[in-house]
Amino acid sequence: MPGSGHGETAFPPFDPVNFTPMLIWLSLSFGLLYLLMSKIALPRVESILHTRANKITNDIAEANAFRARSEEAAAAHDRAIAGAKAKALALAQETQARLNAETEANRLALEAELNARLAASETQILAMKAKAMGNVEAIASKAAAAIVLRITGKPAGQEAIATAIATIKA
Amino acid sequence: MKQLYRHGRQDEDEEHTMDPIHQFTIKPIADLHPFGIDASFTNASLFMVIVVLSAAALMLLGTSSRALVPGRLQSMAEIAYEFVASTVRMAGGHDGMRFFPFVFTLFLFVLFCNVIGLVPYTFSVTSQIAVTGALALLVIGIVIVYGLLQNGTRFLKLFVPSGVPFALLPFLVPIEIISFLARPVTLSVRLFANMLAGHITLKVMGGFVVSLLGAGAFAIVAPLPFAMTILLAAFELFVAVLQAYVFAILTCVYLNDAIHPGH
Repeated sequence: MPGSGHGETAFPPFDPVNFTPMLIWLSLSFGLLYLLMSKIALPRVESILHTRANKITNDIAEANAFRARSEEAAAAHDRAIAGAKAKALALAQETQARLNAETEANRLALEAELNARLAASETQILAMKAKAMGNVEAIASKAAAAIVLRITGKPAGQEAIATAIATIKA
Repeated sequence: MKQLYRHGRQDEDEEHTMDPIHQFTIKPIADLHPFGIDASFTNASLFMVIVVLSAAALMLLGTSSRALVPGRLQSMAEIAYEFVASTVRMAGGHDGMRFFPFVFTLFLFVLFCNVIGLVPYTFSVTSQIAVTGALALLVIGIVIVYGLLQNGTRFLKLFVPSGVPFALLPFLVPIEIISFLARPVTLSVRLFANMLAGHITLKVMGGFVVSLLGAGAFAIVAPLPFAMTILLAAFELFVAVLQAYVFAILTCVYLNDAIHPGH
């Protein structure tokens, strides 16, 4: 060691003279630190960490419970909506069926009435036709008598005309 | 004689400004001799007290508010707690946790000694072999006492590796015993030498800067060792933290031998 004027124990860390006071103060300070740590600081940190872990666990459990409740509420809501929808659908179908039935009934009634009217009209037409045909026969016999009178100058027998008309008609 | 020697040292302070060993000198602040024992309060004692006060301030003031959401200081205290707790649990399992306060105190003490010692003009307590040796002997003492109390003669299984052929035991048992006896030596010298070498390197590099600045034209290269000093300071900070961790984890490993002897 250059420039040191004290000879034998040159390197301070190896100087036994320093050992005793250093070890005494080391044991005092280390012991004090051990007491402070083991009696106060470490239990305190442990309780802080413990409290926090508990708080987190509780909060998570609480949040899970709330989530379960909200999910339940959402499911109930969904069920209510589905029920209402089904009800509405049934009501709509029922109404439609009822309306369909009513319309059908109306239509049938109207058709029946129309058919009846049609039948009546046809009967009337047939009657009128028959009547008209009757008239035609009378007109034809009259016309035939007139024609025969004009051509022959003498009236024709009623029986002959009727026979002739019947022959033509047949 | 002792007093003379110490006074002599103080008088030579001026000559020692460039001496890299000078920073490890023990200087008495107050002479105390209770019961004829030299218990003088020295700069080493002063820094031990500073270390204890700083560590206690971190752990006690930091946690005083017991905040659910921690502030900075409380975060640091909690990180230190959880870091050491996980180290102890990893090395020693659940049973190892009974040594947690001891390992925590040891880690915090060594860490604060190492880091505070890096501040210029301070004293590095862990650069004294007496301190690191005493701590290492304390660890090994606890290992032996606890191991024998807890496990009795089964503690000696520590020296008999299991699953080894009987014929090999005469060779392996001495090796195990030597490696056990080497533990306090390696544990203390590792920390002491790292701190000592780091501080000497820093001091020598810093001394280069001063020497070059006073050497005329060579002053132009003075920034080189200056940059080196900055890099080394960062590296020494890393070493300071790492060695505290190494000391703590080796303590855990050795204590685990006392809890669970037999490999």
